[in-house]
Amino acid sequence: MLGKLSWAAVPFDQPIPLIAAALVGMVIIAVLAWVALKGWLPYLWREWITSVDHKRIGIMYTLLAMVMLLRGFSDAIMMRSQQAVAFQSSGYLPPEHYNQIFSAHGTLMIFFVAMPFVIGLMNFVVPLQLGVRDVAFPTLNSVGFWLTATGALLVNISLVVGEFARTGWLPYPPLSELTYSPGVGVDYYLWALEISGVGTLLSGVNLVTTVLKLHAPGMTYMRMPMFCWTTLAANLLIVAAFPVLTATLAMLLLDRYLGFHFFTNEAGGNVMMFMNLIWAWGHPEVYILILPAFGIFSEVISTFSRKPLFGYRSMVAATMVICILSFTVWLHHFFTMGAGADVNAIFGIASMIIAVPTGVKVFNWLFTMYGGRVVYSTSILWSIGFMVTFVIGGMTGVLLAVPPADFVLHNSLFLVAHFHNVIIGGVLFGAFAGYNYWFPKAFGFRLHEGLGKASFWCWILGFYLAFMPLYVLGLMGMTRRMQHYDVAAWRPWLLVAAVGAAVILVGIILQIAQLAVSIRRREALRDVTGDPWDGRSLEWATPSPPPAFNFAVLPRVEGEEAYWRIKQRARQQARLGEEPGYTEIEMPRNSPTGFICAFFATFMGFALIWHIWWMVALAALGAYATFVVFAWRDRDEDIIPAEVVARIDRANRSARSTALAQPEAAS
Amino acid sequence: MSGIEATATPNSFGEVRGAGDLEHAAGRLMSKRIIVGYGFWIFLLSDIVMFSAFFATYAVLVGQTAGGPSGRELFDLRNTAIETACLLLSSFTCGIANIGAQAHRGSWFYGAMTATFILGAAFIGLEVQEFAGLVARGAGPTRSAFLSAFFTLVGCHGLHVTAGLLWLLTMMAQVFAKGYRADILRRMLCFSLFWHALDIIWVALFTMVYLMGAAS
Repeated sequence: MLGKLSWAAVPFDQPIPLIAAALVGMVIIAVLAWVALKGWLPYLWREWITSVDHKRIGIMYTLLAMVMLLRGFSDAIMMRSQQAVAFQSSGYLPPEHYNQIFSAHGTLMIFFVAMPFVIGLMNFVVPLQLGVRDVAFPTLNSVGFWLTATGALLVNISLVVGEFARTGWLPYPPLSELTYSPGVGVDYYLWALEISGVGTLLSGVNLVTTVLKLHAPGMTYMRMPMFCWTTLAANLLIVAAFPVLTATLAMLLLDRYLGFHFFTNEAGGNVMMFMNLIWAWGHPEVYILILPAFGIFSEVISTFSRKPLFGYRSMVAATMVICILSFTVWLHHFFTMGAGADVNAIFGIASMIIAVPTGVKVFNWLFTMYGGRVVYSTSILWSIGFMVTFVIGGMTGVLLAVPPADFVLHNSLFLVAHFHNVIIGGVLFGAFAGYNYWFPKAFGFRLHEGLGKASFWCWILGFYLAFMPLYVLGLMGMTRRMQHYDVAAWRPWLLVAAVGAAVILVGIILQIAQLAVSIRRREALRDVTGDPWDGRSLEWATPSPPPAFNFAVLPRVEGEEAYWRIKQRARQQARLGEEPGYTEIEMPRNSPTGFICAFFATFMGFALIWHIWWMVALAALGAYATFVVFAWRDRDEDIIPAEVVARIDRANRSARSTALAQPEAAS
Repeated sequence: MSGIEATATPNSFGEVRGAGDLEHAAGRLMSKRIIVGYGFWIFLLSDIVMFSAFFATYAVLVGQTAGGPSGRELFDLRNTAIETACLLLSSFTCGIANIGAQAHRGSWFYGAMTATFILGAAFIGLEVQEFAGLVARGAGPTRSAFLSAFFTLVGCHGLHVTAGLLWLLTMMAQVFAKGYRADILRRMLCFSLFWHALDIIWVALFTMVYLMGAAS
């Protein structure tokens, strides 16, 4: 009846996950109860859960990423403290539990923190920057988000029901084959990623179409803000790379469920094929993460340097070159495979070449700041911190791209230090810069600057304390994923790294405090005009938060930095442009399709993991029925009357007029 | 499946007043039909990337028979030729159905869709028969890495055709219930793109797996 599922699946003998899960469960129940008691459930359902508004979906993606960051970070703290105490002792985490923790940490941080964070920001910002009213496929967007949430939910269910994978963030066979991992851990990993991978693919299709096909009049490709270009590149990579992940994980699933022989040791299976396939997705994946971050830095640095982005065209070229080259370097993840000197040399050189466009970008950012009047806001602090940190990470990456050096360093903590250096210093700093930069646009009030800066300093200090020692440890020969060790010389460095993790924890606490304080002081931090940073692109032409239709009248774009031109003209003439004629606007209708579809996907994933076949069939039928019901609906648009449009736009125009009359107060 | 493309932007995206540069390349706002078709093409490309992963895997594992039978001993080109004929013909009838739908001609639409369904179902039937025969001969997917790759590649295409058949029936039911509405015609366009794409994949599959396998 319930397949492999029984009470034995609940780890009653392991207090840590149970207590943690109980705490989280209580918090969730408390929040839900509070929401229900306040009578907010209908509001949540109507305005958020069934919303197909790209802004709402973007915010929900970002929220998911932040919550999962807390979960992933608690894994990190446990690993650092385990290694700090596990010198000639077994520490406090048994090996099978420790292995689950590092696997869950990597999986969560890449798939359910970094990915939703950048996808959320892209979703929120890109239509606003392009000057349009929504993405190309709004309901599909909602489906994509909720499927991602399903994946995150499945990974977290594994904490209480069953176990998670012990095979690392990429389940290398033969360890991940049924013979060596007979439990459900790897299945949780695989189904969570298959389902959320579909969500990511849908989001990629949607954003590629949006950037290429939806524009305000006059918004040519070469007038798009940099963030739109990096979004295009990242989503092209999603479309081209994620199907490979889906196929690869499907093969591993067939091996595990039906006894196929893709990656087994017997019957002709080929383990190294998994490495090739997974990294043919995996290397583009790191650029899927970093390219949007590059776009965020471009926006932030240009805005707070009060200058146009230096070398816009070279930046576009560099982005697209990275997009293509990212498919030519995957083998550098396993130089030790033994492909031979020639193959390794080609991929080593390709890896060095891909560093060139990235270098171009760094110089462009520096030249953007050069000669500018730099405003040291929280966002630009993250950006400057990124430039310093990322360059170090990039250089250790180029070092690892030298095959002889890689033979010495591969699988060591040097590698761990390298990729945290680029992912924290690049992707996460970028996400935080974007969070601080676009928060007022999303919610109508700024985040507290003092606490934001304090959290930045804790993060960057903590980062260097936590990861620079890992470079040293890697050079000393310490391999990754060690549950305990006997080398006395390693211990001081691991203690420093643990201190670093603690400092990062302070940074995270300060970020939570920043959010809480900002919400309490929102009236003082209110962004009245919709343009709190004296911005240059079209998202700042809308009120904060933007109305559902974004633009009362689609803006006309006459050059790069669309909004800057409009604003300069208004400043010169000391008044806003003529009031446009308002008409009614048709907007896509809300739909619960995404949520219901993900509801069934969750059951289907869970049933597949536990071999509950009747539930699989039922859930598949439910998902199909959801789509049919959606396809049968007769009205897919709501009309916003012209009066409403006029009221919202006039309110914003009057705020802007007031600000225009007092130019000093605006800055 | 059939609901995905229904979510296109409203035409109101194209609403501009007083814009003198409508003729400008990026200023010309796209019709829903173009956006939906374009988005679906992007999806189809991603699907083809997925097949390319299975193709690459097959190419790597084709020699790994683990002492079991190879393609030369297993493949029946006569059966595959009939399958190919069914699928290619169904693409033709699918094209007719699409034209019939765009022209609001019920007899052409329903007739051609029915023909497409019969041909597609015949293809699936032949494939299932081939698979069952192989398993009965002890040449199932668990026999060797080669057979794992073969069953996955061909089976993945077969699953796509099956999903396509389900979509086809839904499509017919929808036209029957709702008529030739603009959004339904866009879905029909996507369906026919999907069906033709499966043909393209089958041509590659027929060549790489069956013809080259039987010749080697």
